[in-house]
Amino acid sequence: MGVKVIIPTPLRAYAGKQESAEIQAATVAEALSGLTAKYGELKKHLFTDEGKLRSFVNVYVNDEDIRYMQKEQTPVREGDTISIVPSIAGGNGNLQRISGK
Amino acid sequence: MSGFLLKVGEELVRSIQAHGVETYPHECCGALLGTDGDDSREVLGLLPLANRRDDSPRNRFEVTPDDVRFAEKTAREKKVDLIGWYHSHPDAPARPSEFDREHAWPWYSYIIVSIQKGEPRDMTSWRLHDDRAAYDPEAIESVASSLKT
Repeated sequence: MGVKVIIPTPLRAYAGKQESAEIQAATVAEALSGLTAKYGELKKHLFTDEGKLRSFVNVYVNDEDIRYMQKEQTPVREGDTISIVPSIAGGNGNLQRISGK
Repeated sequence: MSGFLLKVGEELVRSIQAHGVETYPHECCGALLGTDGDDSREVLGLLPLANRRDDSPRNRFEVTPDDVRFAEKTAREKKVDLIGWYHSHPDAPARPSEFDREHAWPWYSYIIVSIQKGEPRDMTSWRLHDDRAAYDPEAIESVASSLKT
């Protein structure tokens, strides 16, 4: 038994098509590290090349957003559920076209 | 060619275009609800969402994690999957921008509709490569069915 990490649908192909994984961890950072150690292909989708959590990757511990707790150092206990939830962003990158409006 | 195929009901194509026209010159956005099969995936319903980028809605869109969770819940209730997202490019081509690529997730289908001077033009769909380096085009096939949302 450890913490249960819920893997979002778009990343399940990189995690053996599993919906979740049990990871032994004391913090969110340890849980994510354990998850990417188990499924290496997940790493580039969760972390930047500098090793920081991507800005559109959101992490919840038992439905609490870790940004309002201790971020990646948020402690977790056996039986906790960590959810990785996408946020979606994009758009036309052409800034000049709309300047002055 | 990637070989990806996305079936979309004719009325859903029109609904995406109408959403883009409605929010012009701002970007619209919404969720694609449907099924994912081995050979193709099909959009059966849409969930129009508010563009949360109040600071730059003409050339950016954002769907918050709360909205993503709402879209996932809606899909579960309708016994379908959340298979992707749509958004508009006002006065710009229906091609993914570098900003789109940097923020994209794999697996999802990303429909882009170009709205030129308030009128709908091209509609395309894309999927991010596994290595995040580029997109594969996904052919859109217009079909005649849809799920009521």
